[in-house]
Amino acid sequence: MKVLYFAWLRERLNRASDEVTPPDSVRTLDDLVCWLRSNDEALDLAMANPRQFKLSKNARIVPWDTPIDGAETVAILPPMTGG
Amino acid sequence: MILVSASPFDPGALLAAFAADHPHAGAAVTFTGMVRSSPDRPINALILECYPELAENEIATLRGRAIERFGLIDAAILHRYGRLVPGEAIMQVMTLAAHRQAAFDGAQFLMDYLKTDAPFWKQEETASGTQWVEANTADDAARDRWAK
Repeated sequence: MKVLYFAWLRERLNRASDEVTPPDSVRTLDDLVCWLRSNDEALDLAMANPRQFKLSKNARIVPWDTPIDGAETVAILPPMTGG
Repeated sequence: MILVSASPFDPGALLAAFAADHPHAGAAVTFTGMVRSSPDRPINALILECYPELAENEIATLRGRAIERFGLIDAAILHRYGRLVPGEAIMQVMTLAAHRQAAFDGAQFLMDYLKTDAPFWKQEETASGTQWVEANTADDAARDRWAK
């Protein structure tokens, strides 16, 4: 599974993506974020206020409790500033 | 029409072409967002980062919701990414309806959601370097007034 990072989150991590294989205990996107943060101090710090982020699964924004089944690409999206 | 692109666009030409496709519309509303450099806060450029595939999907969903909710005849959304200089158009929303109120409301709805729910991130390039633009809570409030 590919995890994408954008904007200042990408800069703070110094990379745009990771290829990960989460354990079976990771069932939702929320679980995935917890697991990623537990393995990466920089991500953990950058996501200290986690609910400001939106998540996408296969290029659709979805709720945090969305099951991870079928996820090929997950993105962690800092607050958006378009328009 | 939905277009997420790094290429510049001509706001007036787009409106003329869009409106010409729908001769039965009685009202057209256009909003064009521009790169701003003010005297008290001058910038050299605005750099927009984007997740294009997600942007196209989310904008398509918003467009469908706006058409259904306000009974629009059509709606078009264009959004650029990449490096833009002051005066350039960043994005444009165009709505067509039988009457003006629906066209105004549809455009406002789309703008309010695009600010907070479309995956674009602005970075200002100034004489002293680049800074990410912070999300504005007033934008969240503007979007939330449409929730029902």
